[in-house]
Amino acid sequence: MLDRIKEFASTFFVTGDPLIYGADVAIVMTIIAVVSVLTYFKRWKWLWSEWITTVDHKRIGIMYVIASLLMLFRGGVDALLMRTQLAMPNNDFLTPEHYNAIFTTHGVIMILFMAMPLMFGLFNLVVPLQIGARDVAFPFLNSLSFWLFFWGAMLFNMSFVIGGSPDAGWLSYPPLSGKAFSPGVGQDFYIWGIQISGIGSLMTGINFVVTILKMRAPGMKLMKMPMFTWSVLSSSLTILLAFPILTVTLALLFIDRYFGAHFFTLDGGGNPMMYINLIWMWGHPEVYIVVLPAFGIFSEVVATFSRKKLFGYKSMVFALMSIAVFSFTTWAHHFFTMGSGADVNAFFAVTTMIIAIPTGVKVFNWLFTMYRGRITFPTPMLWTMGFIPCFVVGGMTGVLLSVAPADFQFHNSYFLIAHFHQVLIGGVAFGYFAGLYYWWPKVFGFKLHEKIGKWAFWFWNIGFYVCFMPQYALGLMGMTRRVSTYGWDTGWWELNLVSTVGGFLMGIGFLFQVWQILHSIKFMERDTTGDPWGGRTLEWSIPSPAPHYNFATLPVVTGKDPWWEEKLRRERGEAPAPKPPLEPIHMPKNSGIPFIMSFCWFLAGFGLVFNWLWIAIPGFVGVAACMLAHSFNYNTDYYIPVDEIERTEAAARRAV
Amino acid sequence: MKLTRGIRRFAAVLTLIGLAAMLSGCAGQFVVLDPKGVVGRHQLDLILISTLLCLVIIVPVLVLTFTIAWRYRSKAGSKAAYRPDWEHSTKLELLWWGIPILIIVILASVTVHYTYKLEPSKPLESDKKPIVIQVTSLDWKWLFQYPEQGIATVNYVQFPEDVPVRFELTSDAPMNSFWIPQLGGQIYTMSGMAMKLNLMADEPGTYMGMGANFSGKEFGKMRFDARVTSQADFDKWVENVKRTAPALTQEGYDKLAEPGTTGTQDYSSIPEGLFDRIVTKYSGGGTGHQHGGAASTEEDMKDMKDMKDMPMPESGSGSESASEHQHH
Repeated sequence: MLDRIKEFASTFFVTGDPLIYGADVAIVMTIIAVVSVLTYFKRWKWLWSEWITTVDHKRIGIMYVIASLLMLFRGGVDALLMRTQLAMPNNDFLTPEHYNAIFTTHGVIMILFMAMPLMFGLFNLVVPLQIGARDVAFPFLNSLSFWLFFWGAMLFNMSFVIGGSPDAGWLSYPPLSGKAFSPGVGQDFYIWGIQISGIGSLMTGINFVVTILKMRAPGMKLMKMPMFTWSVLSSSLTILLAFPILTVTLALLFIDRYFGAHFFTLDGGGNPMMYINLIWMWGHPEVYIVVLPAFGIFSEVVATFSRKKLFGYKSMVFALMSIAVFSFTTWAHHFFTMGSGADVNAFFAVTTMIIAIPTGVKVFNWLFTMYRGRITFPTPMLWTMGFIPCFVVGGMTGVLLSVAPADFQFHNSYFLIAHFHQVLIGGVAFGYFAGLYYWWPKVFGFKLHEKIGKWAFWFWNIGFYVCFMPQYALGLMGMTRRVSTYGWDTGWWELNLVSTVGGFLMGIGFLFQVWQILHSIKFMERDTTGDPWGGRTLEWSIPSPAPHYNFATLPVVTGKDPWWEEKLRRERGEAPAPKPPLEPIHMPKNSGIPFIMSFCWFLAGFGLVFNWLWIAIPGFVGVAACMLAHSFNYNTDYYIPVDEIERTEAAARRAV
Repeated sequence: MKLTRGIRRFAAVLTLIGLAAMLSGCAGQFVVLDPKGVVGRHQLDLILISTLLCLVIIVPVLVLTFTIAWRYRSKAGSKAAYRPDWEHSTKLELLWWGIPILIIVILASVTVHYTYKLEPSKPLESDKKPIVIQVTSLDWKWLFQYPEQGIATVNYVQFPEDVPVRFELTSDAPMNSFWIPQLGGQIYTMSGMAMKLNLMADEPGTYMGMGANFSGKEFGKMRFDARVTSQADFDKWVENVKRTAPALTQEGYDKLAEPGTTGTQDYSSIPEGLFDRIVTKYSGGGTGHQHGGAASTEEDMKDMKDMKDMPMPESGSGSESASEHQHH
């Protein structure tokens, strides 16, 4: 009996690597620490009723941000492990298997469990406030989206210590990801981790499309929406069209692996190329899904810190929407070298180049927003200024890659790696950081410490160039991606070492950010104005943090920068428009169902990963039961009475 | 202030190290920028053309970014104009929609032209008869068969200078990508298909080659040398391999195809129709047909036809071209 348990444990838990034992210990210690802190301070009830069951977009946004920063840590550690391995030729710091698992999880985590939730966090924190709404269109669904993401991410991350990580690359091309070449459970963790959180992403997309189309404050016509809201709309519409492709593709891969079907295996009439096409039909729009909101953030930040209207509003909207449309026409540029023939390659090369046009236009419009402005450079603007040159160069190498016959020399090399890190870090990560610093005081009621933030910025920014510029050169030297080691004869050593130093500089930048957040929580003064940056849009017109119901009376919008215009009117001494009398506010009630249902999804996914139907079936039954329970629950909303609103508003004003 | 200077110094030192590494590290060779074959040369031309075209936009944008940020920074007594309501100028916006469109039109035309010109399945112009080399990516090694010479090598490939080489590529393992940067760009090797790649070397030398697409555990070891010699040396080498190397049998191939790494190897002969079988075995419904050349049921024939519908660089399927060479 004992032997059987031992044998089971040795396959169930990942063994044999000191790094993993270290992680095991760290995980157990963290769990013990969290549980004891919650118990000691008697915070369990608080956790359940204030956070886990919340349907408030602001709290859900905060949870998204916290989760994504934790994932940034995990993905970043993966990156540094890889860079350590590559710092020296013939290094055996990581075995090839371990290296393969790490670059796979690095990619998946950074895109799907770091960038996506950080983006959704910003959607949640900002959009309802920016359009003068009291919550998103479907608050219950919003909570469900978050918990699906959370449990999907948990399932995926578990593979590190239980069962074994996926190791077939972040997009898991078959046949490598098929049962024949990847017999372990890693790929199944991949499928279910992404599948479960992907359903959540799709629902968030739906939620924000409806929120933006239906819940804007009176007077806010589409062409008066703030640019960030526009970018969220374009990104959410793209999610709506792209994520179903991912769901179907992963489902087919699951059917191949679980039931032995042949969608993506050659024997039996399937075709792996079908998978590669499908996954990039989602995968390419996906990178635009994450970068479009960053464009929105830069538009807000540039206008605010130049103290000037955004230049070329209509152009900007048109550019955003055309990028969203064209993002669906470029997927085959990820495999020009697959022999599709000159016709196909020429078509996709041209469609890819076309995207550069609206993207370039946006850069010009940002520059001319700054032109004849009065520019200050606090951290949000600093990240924006770091972004422009970085993204411009990254965009240029992107255009070089789109030249199909030249791509035959760039493809799969470190040139490509450098390119997409430059647009994803320089574009997406810098953008979200700018957004996080910019809206932080709105969310928490205090600014982040500027000086530590500047240190973080410079370490990130310099570290980025030190890390990735050498990689362009390495690509031209013929270094291919995903090699776990290389010999002295290649001549790749020096530049790899430089690149590793850069990676660690970015790691130090991240530590500065952690320090910055902790320091600011303890020491920064409360912002009592609600508008610490001199903002232009509605979110700055209410106290920070926003009251539970956001707006006591819904604002009436007349222009593109309603709060800026209101401030000008006040300066001119015009009498403020009479506010309508307060009315009871209709709000959604908290619910535990999203959490429980997502946990049931997690159980179902876990059961299917190990083919333990005794867990999977109860999991699915639980999901169905939660759906039923919610369908028959009519007690989902309540009204905040007028006197409570008056009390809250008075307290907020006293703070001012 | 002191600290900022510290960062600057640190950055300067790093830049110096980087530059020194790039200049002195002559071991590291920019293979893509140093082509030794006609295809690689055209691709380099294209890389340079597209880089220059992009720089036409990039350089002014970078200059503008820093100039504007500097000139319009907020400071006491700034003499720069401040027009907070200036938000639109049709002329300016036409300009920066127009210029990128113009550049992309030029770049797109160049790209389309070169895409057809450099289509990898297109034979290269030469008055010499091309040599055919059949490439199979295995877990985790490369098998090269020379159907005309009747020999095979593992993990290195040899061919004469100034003779067009017609690579036919397939995979008996997860897909990989065949790349000899100094001769020209890469192409995927995929099971069930015979992809084509035409390359030609200008001068003798040993060129780095590699599997560029991740294919599992020991993928990083899938490097190979492409040895280019004179025609005479090549013929001598073929003779030598024929005389001294062991034969490659079907059993030997099956053993070779098992996952694992190996050094370089030579074979004095190859089993009849091996490449053909590797390509077609994936369309026959399972591994059971691995050895069964005769086991072509109607089902198989149908699958073979399906295979032709799959996207391939040329109309002829790999199995046809492969069997063509068997009849020499």
